[in-house]
Amino acid sequence: MNHQFQLPGSYKKWTYGLIGAGVIALLYGFIALHPFEQAGHGHGNASSTRFWAVLLQNSVFWLLVVNAAMFFLCVTTMAMGGWQVALRRVPEAISSVVPILGVITFAILMAIVWGGRTDIYHWLDKEAVAKDAILNGKKGFLNPIFFSVWSFLTIFGWWALGRKMRSLSLKSDQNGPMDYETGKKWIWTNTVYASLFAVVFTLTVASTIPWLWLMSIDAHWYSTMYSWYTFASTFVSGMSLIALFIIYLKNRGQLEYVTDEHLHDIGKFMFAFSVFWTYLWFSQYMLIWYSNQPEETKYFIERIGTAEKAGPFKGIFFFNVIVNFLCPLLILMKKGSKRNWTVVTFMAVLIILGHWIDFYQMVMPGTLHEKAELMPFEFGIACLFIGLIMWGAGQYLGKHSLLAKNHPFLKESMIHHT
Amino acid sequence: MAGGIKKFVVGCFDDEKVLFPAVKNVRKAGYKIHDVYTPFPVHGLDHAIGIRETSLHTAGFIYAITGTTTALTFISWVFTKDWPLNIGGKPHFALPAWIPITFELTVLFSAVGMVLTFCYLCQLAPFVKKHHFHARATDDLFVMAIECTDKTNDAEVQAFLQQAGATEVNVQNAETGWWIGRYDREQKLYKEEKGY
Repeated sequence: MNHQFQLPGSYKKWTYGLIGAGVIALLYGFIALHPFEQAGHGHGNASSTRFWAVLLQNSVFWLLVVNAAMFFLCVTTMAMGGWQVALRRVPEAISSVVPILGVITFAILMAIVWGGRTDIYHWLDKEAVAKDAILNGKKGFLNPIFFSVWSFLTIFGWWALGRKMRSLSLKSDQNGPMDYETGKKWIWTNTVYASLFAVVFTLTVASTIPWLWLMSIDAHWYSTMYSWYTFASTFVSGMSLIALFIIYLKNRGQLEYVTDEHLHDIGKFMFAFSVFWTYLWFSQYMLIWYSNQPEETKYFIERIGTAEKAGPFKGIFFFNVIVNFLCPLLILMKKGSKRNWTVVTFMAVLIILGHWIDFYQMVMPGTLHEKAELMPFEFGIACLFIGLIMWGAGQYLGKHSLLAKNHPFLKESMIHHT
Repeated sequence: MAGGIKKFVVGCFDDEKVLFPAVKNVRKAGYKIHDVYTPFPVHGLDHAIGIRETSLHTAGFIYAITGTTTALTFISWVFTKDWPLNIGGKPHFALPAWIPITFELTVLFSAVGMVLTFCYLCQLAPFVKKHHFHARATDDLFVMAIECTDKTNDAEVQAFLQQAGATEVNVQNAETGWWIGRYDREQKLYKEEKGY
């Protein structure tokens, strides 16, 4: 069988359609929302704040989602997981979008930080920081120079190590099957780069990057649960995205060796990390609710409000639990549903939407407060990023073989049985 | 005493590679496999023997929701009806504080319930004995027991197993249920059944 995939016209049509819709939304934003007008922290020009907040939410979310695909590859590589070999070109393709979204995200972050958008990041306001004991104490971490340098190094690290992992995989296609010694050495090289990626990932996604990019919106507030919570959100969305691509390619008659067994395992990841997300979501809420200290409860008062007055994000906040916890828990629990393409497709879309909304309620309350909106502009920008992911992943899938045919663990993957 | 005494033709195999085709052929010939005893879990053997999927997980789900319900109803009854306490000014119906206990009880009920159900399904319990078809089934032999009916010609089955690659073949009369007592029980039965 030929493992070379020709991108069908319908795929391209959808890709360019989504990008087109996104570009229209972006143009609308440039014209109608006056993004270059200044707005002070907490008051003033809500429409320009909206423009940057929506871009921040989408760029960070989608970048972390595509990067999660590479994290999945690295983790299974380090664990000597053979089962992913038959499908590994799919996460590779998704992670190949990291440089594109990385550049866009970096540009947006720099525009916010060096454009002095104190409405997004309050800690950019030098006068306010000087008067504020808490922000003053965080000055060493929350300042434009550290922010820029660390963001750059982070995105560079994801890009460089991800590229290395992909090129190792692609190069193996060119030579014939590996003998024992070559294979052992090749697996070792993979493991080394996967471990390096995991270290970079831990220092960034699992700790500093969510603090810098998202948590610093609510600069006075902090939560030690926040980075894991962000990671869980993006990882489960990443697994859902992988599932969507696999089902699409299977429907096109590709990925000959990927069976229901593989999809079952992906489904398990979607199920398990939905539960893990809930664990962190709830722990963060419960500890703050329990200790009941004003500087900590502020975060939730901005979202769900108090017993007397409901906050503007109350509906979204509880919508999250239903979509990101109850639905995956009850629908994906059965073995049969994890093997059913229709159910997995539906759940994958639902999970990605749910976590996109989750990021929405991370970014909006601290920037737009009750003025946040969920209108075509918000969805249009999301379309732009989805289109870019489809375009980048499509380039990779169309250019390279869909099977890592010389991978030493290929047979293990072919006979994989859960 | 559940099973009653039955006659079995027992074949021992010393290789998985021989066992799998043998299982297939025995089933194809129409003999009823009582069970295959292996020294370690053999992947895909359950499927090859043709036993149905376990419903242990369904039982687990039922135990779990029982645990959830127990925890929520009991705690809410205690803290809102039976003995309301003011804890840090929190409302009496303090759902977030109960979630960890609810979770624990869900896990506890499903874990304990599933272990007990598993033991029952596998007929395992302390002090309870089961017939051993071959002592080396716990060491290095794959032991297949074929259940006989009145009409089974056991010589034919023995020959069939031998031809399928069994290294050792014999006929045993055994109690299939579980009982409390000594392992040599079946020896006594064997003597009594001499004229079978």
